[in-house]
Amino acid sequence: MSSRGLGHRLLPFAGIAIFVTAWHFAVLRSRSGLLPTPWQTALAIGELARKGLLVKYVVASLFRVTWGYLGALVLAVPTGLLLGLWRRGEVALNPLLQLLRPISPLAWIPIAILWFGVGDLSAMFLIFLASFLPLTVTAMHAVHNIEEVHLRAGINFGLRSRELVREVIFPAILPQLIVGMRITLGIAWLVVVAAEMIAVNSGLGFLIVDARNAGNRYDLVVAGMVLIGAIGVGLDALMRSLERIRSVSWGYATE
Amino acid sequence: MMKVQFRQIGMTFGGTRVLDDINLSVTEGEFICLLGPSGCGKSTLLNIVGGFLTPTEGEVTIDGERVTAPDRRRIFVFQERGVFPWLTVNQNVGFGLVGAPKKERDERVAHYVNMVGLGGFESSYPRELSGGMKQRLEVARALAVNPDVLYLDEPFGALDSITRLQMRRELLRIWQAERKTILFVTHDIEESVQLADRVVVLSARPGRVRRIVDIDIPHPRDLSDPRYIQLRDEIFGEIGLAHQI
Repeated sequence: MSSRGLGHRLLPFAGIAIFVTAWHFAVLRSRSGLLPTPWQTALAIGELARKGLLVKYVVASLFRVTWGYLGALVLAVPTGLLLGLWRRGEVALNPLLQLLRPISPLAWIPIAILWFGVGDLSAMFLIFLASFLPLTVTAMHAVHNIEEVHLRAGINFGLRSRELVREVIFPAILPQLIVGMRITLGIAWLVVVAAEMIAVNSGLGFLIVDARNAGNRYDLVVAGMVLIGAIGVGLDALMRSLERIRSVSWGYATE
Repeated sequence: MMKVQFRQIGMTFGGTRVLDDINLSVTEGEFICLLGPSGCGKSTLLNIVGGFLTPTEGEVTIDGERVTAPDRRRIFVFQERGVFPWLTVNQNVGFGLVGAPKKERDERVAHYVNMVGLGGFESSYPRELSGGMKQRLEVARALAVNPDVLYLDEPFGALDSITRLQMRRELLRIWQAERKTILFVTHDIEESVQLADRVVVLSARPGRVRRIVDIDIPHPRDLSDPRYIQLRDEIFGEIGLAHQI
């Protein structure tokens, strides 16, 4: 029983273990001299830590994501609520939203640099753009999916529009909104790396281009990639933990 | 005392006549069942009296005042999905009491949670409750704001038949304790004869009042009482069904 339990818990790491082993032997066989083995990558992460760059770059990337993402969230939720409730507004603005959505946030890099120069603000602006549209559309659709009976009950109990938003509409859309927030944070994390390759001089994206340009340090390139993956998993786990809040988890129950 | 008055209610939806010339007077504290086949407009009628729909013709008055919008003095109870899934049992029951002082609110919540038999489940969420419990929760939420009228739209329709019988008994007990005026929509003939003081039998579309049947049997009603069977069969006959399978 316990050994089976242990095996079960280790199973998710099997794929990673196989991949790391295959990576190790593939690099040894290729003798390219440029690509690092897993061990060399670990050493590179250690080197970054010793130089103080690890914390500096991780913090720089998280800082940009946090502010760009939170700014988008603060504006997108009210916008989505408004469009979800106000049919004419939705009809007027939805085509614009749909037109903007397929444009990769990275396509905005030249404009971001034109407006905000090379620096944090450009990166945050790109994160904002990447997050704002999906969050708005999520909130809007979530409002459409509210059960009519809940709205009617709120009205029957005499709630005025502001109270109705606070007491019924917002809690009703929260489960869907959190799913949208989780997916969007994933997108924001993808975008920050790309933005940092061009628009700034710090962060994990910058680490990757800088390591390549300054002497083909592919061990640092791969170290950066590993860090990006690990932090992405952490961010996702953080958002997933929101889905377990009891006043929200009803939205995910399969009945 | 006269409570609810329907005067020549007519309703047309996009060319379809749904209700026609409905006249009905309901006295205070009375339990009325609106009975009719599916699609006869009985739910539409309940939505009109509840203020959620405006009739094409006629008007409903309550205490002499014309109904134009929903009002917290008269609460609409849906099938069990009307409870708020993001709130606990206590929070659901207290939903309509936001303005009340905390002490009074807590007392009322506790009183009605116990009245509907949900004591011990105060911190549970609706998805942890059975269908019957959710239905009782919704009734408690409605009663907590002390309404004079309750509207129930096929409230037990989604429950299994045993739970449904228990719920009827519970509802009668609550009604006898609280003496609210109740308008109850159903398509179940037995249910209407078990519950109502008067059964308003509606015709198929467009819904008209075919007949109003006084159920003059005191509670608790014995379902094998000859009078019960007689009234039930009269209504079966009125709807045009032989009471046979």
